[in-house]
Order: sequence, then C-alpha cells, then structure tokens
Amino acid sequence: MDILNMLRERKQRLSELARQRRDKRQAKARIVIKSRIDEVLDPRSAKRLFDTIRSSDPLLFPGYAEKTRDLVKRSGHPDAFICATGTIDSRQVVCAELLPEFMMGSMGTAVGEAVTRSAEYATRYHLPLIIFSASGGARMQEGMFSLMQMAKTSAAIRRFSDGGGLFISVLTHPTTGGVTASFASLGDIILAEPDALIGFAGPRVIEQTIGSSLPEGFQRSEFQLAHGFVDAIVKRDAMRVTLSQILKLHPEVRI
Amino acid sequence: MSAVNTMTAWQHVEIARHPQRPHSQAFISELFEDIFELHGDRHFADDRALFAAIARFEGIPVTVAGHIKGSDLNENISCNFGMPHPEGYRKFIRIAKQAEKFGRPVITFIDTPGAYPGAEAEERGQGEAIARCLFELSGLSVPIIAVVIGEGGSGGALAMSLADHIIMYEHAVYSVLSPEGFASILWKDPKRAEEASEVMKLSSADLAASGMADSIVSEPEGGAHKDAHRAIEALRPTLKKALSGLLLLDTQSLLEARYARYRGYGEQSEA
Repeated sequence: MDILNMLRERKQRLSELARQRRDKRQAKARIVIKSRIDEVLDPRSAKRLFDTIRSSDPLLFPGYAEKTRDLVKRSGHPDAFICATGTIDSRQVVCAELLPEFMMGSMGTAVGEAVTRSAEYATRYHLPLIIFSASGGARMQEGMFSLMQMAKTSAAIRRFSDGGGLFISVLTHPTTGGVTASFASLGDIILAEPDALIGFAGPRVIEQTIGSSLPEGFQRSEFQLAHGFVDAIVKRDAMRVTLSQILKLHPEVRI
Repeated sequence: MSAVNTMTAWQHVEIARHPQRPHSQAFISELFEDIFELHGDRHFADDRALFAAIARFEGIPVTVAGHIKGSDLNENISCNFGMPHPEGYRKFIRIAKQAEKFGRPVITFIDTPGAYPGAEAEERGQGEAIARCLFELSGLSVPIIAVVIGEGGSGGALAMSLADHIIMYEHAVYSVLSPEGFASILWKDPKRAEEASEVMKLSSADLAASGMADSIVSEPEGGAHKDAHRAIEALRPTLKKALSGLLLLDTQSLLEARYARYRGYGEQSEA
C-alpha cells in the first residue's frame, strides 16, 4: 500500500515538474503576431515607423520593466503597437495597429506616443490615417501617465481632423476602456470586425454595477452598429477592399 | 500643510471621499455670482450628475460645470453619486462649445468616482461621449481651468479636466482608476485598495511633481470639511490668478500651450 502511495506521489511530482518546464518554455516562446497592417497594405510597400519608442515606468511598478522588456524580446515589437506607412492600391496611407498579445494592447506612454506620432505624421504629409484598435484600455502600471495618453491622442486627432485629414478607425476584438474613450471613437469613419467586444466599461464591471447578467451580444459590433456607434461591420478578409473603396471616395490631397 | 508629507496616500483618499467634504455646489454658490443653470444635452436627457451654468467670477462672465455627488442619500441617488452618463458629458460639450461662441472661459469642478459603468451608459455610448469631450476641449478657443476638489476618477474626470491650468486641493486625489479598480485589475483583489493607493502616485503633491497639477490649494488641518467656508475661499485668489494669466494669451498661444502640455506626457524624442 505504502509503495503504491509512494509511486503515485512520485508520478504526481514528476508530472508537476514536467508542467513547470512546459510553462517555462511557453513563457519564453516567441509571440507570433499576425499583423492586420501587413494584410491591408500592398505587398512590400510597408515602411515601419516609430520602432524606437519604448514604454516608461513612472510608478516604478514592481515587475513592470522586466515584463515589458521580455515582451519586446519575445514579440519583436516595441510595445503593444505596430506603425507603418505604405500603400493600399497605390494610395499612400499611415497605419497604426494595437496588439492585444502585448499586455492586452493596453495604452501606456508608448502606445499613446505611437498613436500621436502617427497622427502627426499623417498631418505633416497629408495622408489618410488608419488605426486598428484592440485594447483592454489604459495601462494601469503607468498610472496617470496612461490616463493622459487619452488626452494626448485625442488632441493629435483633433489637429489632424482640423487639417482636413481622413481618419478611419477600425475596432477589433476587444476594444474597451481608455482607447474606446479616446482616439478609437473619433474616426471620420468607424469600422468594426464582426462580433468584436466594443465598449467603455468591461462586461464584468457592468454586471457588478447593475447586479445582473448582460444579454447575449451586449457591446458586440452588431450591438454598436444598431446603437449608432459604428458605420459598418467588415470581415477581416474584406478589410483591404473596403479600405481601398473608402480611400478612393476621398480624393488625394496634393502637396 | 506640514502634515501633508507625513500622510499616507490612503489618508488622502479617505479625506477626498469624506461625506462632509464640500461638493461642487458649495464651491460654485460661494465663489460665483449671477448663476444661471443650464440643463440638458439636447439629444436625450438632463444628467443630474453634472452641473452646468453661466455665471460671473470676479465680475467676468464664465461657463462653469462640475460633478455633483449630492449631500444626502436622496440627492446622492438623484445625481448618481457624481457618476455621469453620456448625456452628462454631452451637456458639458454643448455648454463648452457655447462658451467658445461667446468667448467665455470654462471653469470645471472635478469630483467623481468615474463615468458610470452601467448598461444604459454603454448603450448610449459612454466611450464616445468621453472621447468627444477630449476632442472638443483640446481645440476649444477659450481658456479652460479645472479644479480637482475631491475625487478625480479616471476618464470620467479627464473628460472635464483637459485644461490649460489644473488646480488641485491639497487632499484631492486624481488617478487612472479608483484604487479598488486598480487592485482588482492588477492583483485580482479589490481589498488591496489601500496598498494600491500607495503605489499609484495619486496625491496632489504627486501630480504637481509630474506636471499634471499647476497649483495646490491648502486645506484646513484635517481636511476641507473641517472648515468648508475657509477651504472654499482659499481657492478664490488661485483661481483669479490663473484666470487673469490665461486671459492675457491670444487664442493661438493658448491652443499651442495646451497642445504642448498634453503632447509632453510621455513624449519621446525620435532616435
């Protein structure tokens, strides 16, 4: 009996060790991101922008600097964003994309800086601006500096808009919090991928507030279309064609 | 003022949330004259969580707005504990643009746990309403002054405090999320709010150090509720000074300075 128990314990210990090794390996694994920018731009037209931006650590939040450094290494991206300029059916555009694989696409100083610089770049060169959002909201670890990115990005979009620029905001799953409550809601045209969760407060917080569960489809793209907050729902594989169509309806500004 | 350095962040949070702490109504009725309240967003409803009026400050016509928490339970409920719905933010956008039309400075009083996270608020576009506030305020051609008198909670506070000059009361707090929400997101435990408040850098001194608050108004020993009249009157000279300074600027300088202020938070030089 004792031997059987010992064997069983040994087996458990070994499988626990194997699990730990597997977790460790996965933690170190590369994060592969399928970029929407790559899907919509003409092949080989993309030039990456703002790759040197890095997050800051104004609260000196325990473990944060290590975590972002590790994610930069594993993802090959500067923070939760990709920025590029390139062409869609030969029309030059500026694109930014938030990466949910990188700390839930949360907006700290790095993402805020990238979006702001994209808007400023588009303003300077009179180019249409396309931003693919996917975000859990403000990045808590950077405290008030994260909150201020909402004001900073919105101010940059305002300037771009005042200059006559076209901003197409594409909402993908999930887009919430401070990103929804800033630049992502400020598109001249707002597109959403099907069934994306789009909202200010997250569903769990709302359920806690109202003390009951939310109906199926609440805050999804189709709900936002019905409530008047998006212009169209566009499948990911139709995004390039749709963007191209919208761009052609906006004559190019010659400078 | 001397006690401030020895106070914990959580003590500031408790004073900022004190039920007897003077609220926006008290500040506005004490410091402004000829107050004419404005109601409604012209689209859906009038949000009682957000007060809006035209009035005079030191003789100058201004537009004034503030979060309203209410001073007893009935009032708390009717104004939703100072948590606006989208129609509140849209009322604010309406009166801010009206202020621009008539060349009136905008003065806001910030005291909110945050924008209301309810189902109807989502149906009516809470995110869009806050985003639109930021968009409009960032280009509004009149001076904007925000006074954080109690709780500056997240996007619901930011929507009304994108400003040229930010005044904070000594024990007021301003943070990316409530300490409870912060602890809940990062540590999955809202009970660690006190611990969260210590790392969040949410006090008036913290915000002054990071350039997010321009002036601090001292409070009576123990907090503004100990002597509300004195606490409110202490704002008058600070507000007057900030306003007269901003009124000297031409529109372009005002807007350039406002853009540079927000552009500067987390700005990185191009490598």
